[in-house]
Amino acid sequence: MWLTNSSIGRKVVMSVSGLFLVLFLTFHMCMNLALVFSPEAYNAICGFLGARWYTLALTAVLAAGFFVHIIYAFWLTYQNRKARGNDRYAVNVRQKDVEWSSKNMLVLGIIVILFLVLHMAQFWYKMQLNELLHVDPSVNPHDGSYLVITIFQNPVMVVLYVLWLVALWFHLTHGFWSAMQTIGLNNAVWFKRWKVIGNVFTTIICLGFAFVVVALYVQYGVLGWDVPQMAH
Amino acid sequence: MEKTIDLTLKVWRQRDRKAKGQFETYNVKGISTDSSFLEMLDVLNEQLINEGKEPVVFDHDCREGICGMCSLYINGHPHGPDSAITTCQLHMRKFNNGDTITIEPWRSAGFPVIRDLMVDRTAYDQIIAAGGYTSINVGGAQDANAILIPKTDADEAMDSASCIGCGACVAACKNGSAMLFVSAKVSQLALLPQGRVEAARRARAMVAKMDELGFGNCTNTGACAAECPKSISLSNIARLNREFIKAKFQE
Repeated sequence: MWLTNSSIGRKVVMSVSGLFLVLFLTFHMCMNLALVFSPEAYNAICGFLGARWYTLALTAVLAAGFFVHIIYAFWLTYQNRKARGNDRYAVNVRQKDVEWSSKNMLVLGIIVILFLVLHMAQFWYKMQLNELLHVDPSVNPHDGSYLVITIFQNPVMVVLYVLWLVALWFHLTHGFWSAMQTIGLNNAVWFKRWKVIGNVFTTIICLGFAFVVVALYVQYGVLGWDVPQMAH
Repeated sequence: MEKTIDLTLKVWRQRDRKAKGQFETYNVKGISTDSSFLEMLDVLNEQLINEGKEPVVFDHDCREGICGMCSLYINGHPHGPDSAITTCQLHMRKFNNGDTITIEPWRSAGFPVIRDLMVDRTAYDQIIAAGGYTSINVGGAQDANAILIPKTDADEAMDSASCIGCGACVAACKNGSAMLFVSAKVSQLALLPQGRVEAARRARAMVAKMDELGFGNCTNTGACAAECPKSISLSNIARLNREFIKAKFQE
């Protein structure tokens, strides 16, 4: 199977799974924006998603996407280190046309995964999994807005999430155009275009996420708005 | 008036493929800034021979930047700090009096060190032998205008064909990937009607050989193109990806 036993095939898997995850992030970011303007609207979206059969199916697909992307990342990196040989260069210089992120994709990816573990424990465990298996009865799985807002009243969480988004930004600025290059949808003209499109798109996604985190902190952490809570 | 400089050289010395190598430090004095880098190494070797020591082994041939034989990883750059030239075209005027220059061989599993600064690059020959040619019996040369080729295609094919197969791309790549070389060789033929006939088979065969020989997976850092003495473009890699994926879907 060429997607496992050829170098370009393995890279295609990396690209397609990566682009799929970007698509997910885009949706996630759009959904979050609702929370800043209307906690009720956000809860309505959560209610529409929740633990329904189609959301669970999509969650499984999404998890598979993450799994494949991460497994392939470690596999490719292992092969690449082996291809480099046993002796390392004594002098290493990064060429001026080479992005820093492009040489540190695995490290950036690992930072993203570590934060993802925290993120899943904070939200997914208490929302979708809670609704499904009632793992934490103290939290109302239908009141997503209350859960999110109370977490981002804490400035430490705000800083942590912004740091996560910075790592994600670096990961995606290289990942986006690199995916297009690997799929073969690139040439001398589109080379710069994909880089610009990738940078703009990535910046919009990361700024969108960061905006929600900071806005919630300002609204409920600094200005002291009452946190709306759904009746049990 | 001729200007001369004194230098400290940190040179990688390794007896053979299996031996463990290490850096040796040498001092050379009175190097003319008009001389080339390889001439400077000739001066060093002359000095070593006169001292009764083993001269440093390094690859070279045409000394005019077209054969692809010279290599050397100089101060962290394949073919040295200057851009778009080979080591033999590098002049000593690019260095200052008193500089320390670190000279290493290409380091990659695909290019094992034979001795000192000389590496075995026959892997590239094997990749070419796997499909980097057209297998059509052309007979006598036909009229040049019998097959019309757009100027832009001809130019791009010519640019790809300027790859001299020196291996700087593999040396520069943190993944030891040979994609820039293979993509240039696939492109130069895929862009022209004569090479188009076997394009799918060629892409499959050359990539399979490249993988088999243990070169790494391309992660699009672009270090290869930045260091390439012939400025081969990264768009060749996109074309190879396209050709390969198309070929696989045709199977």
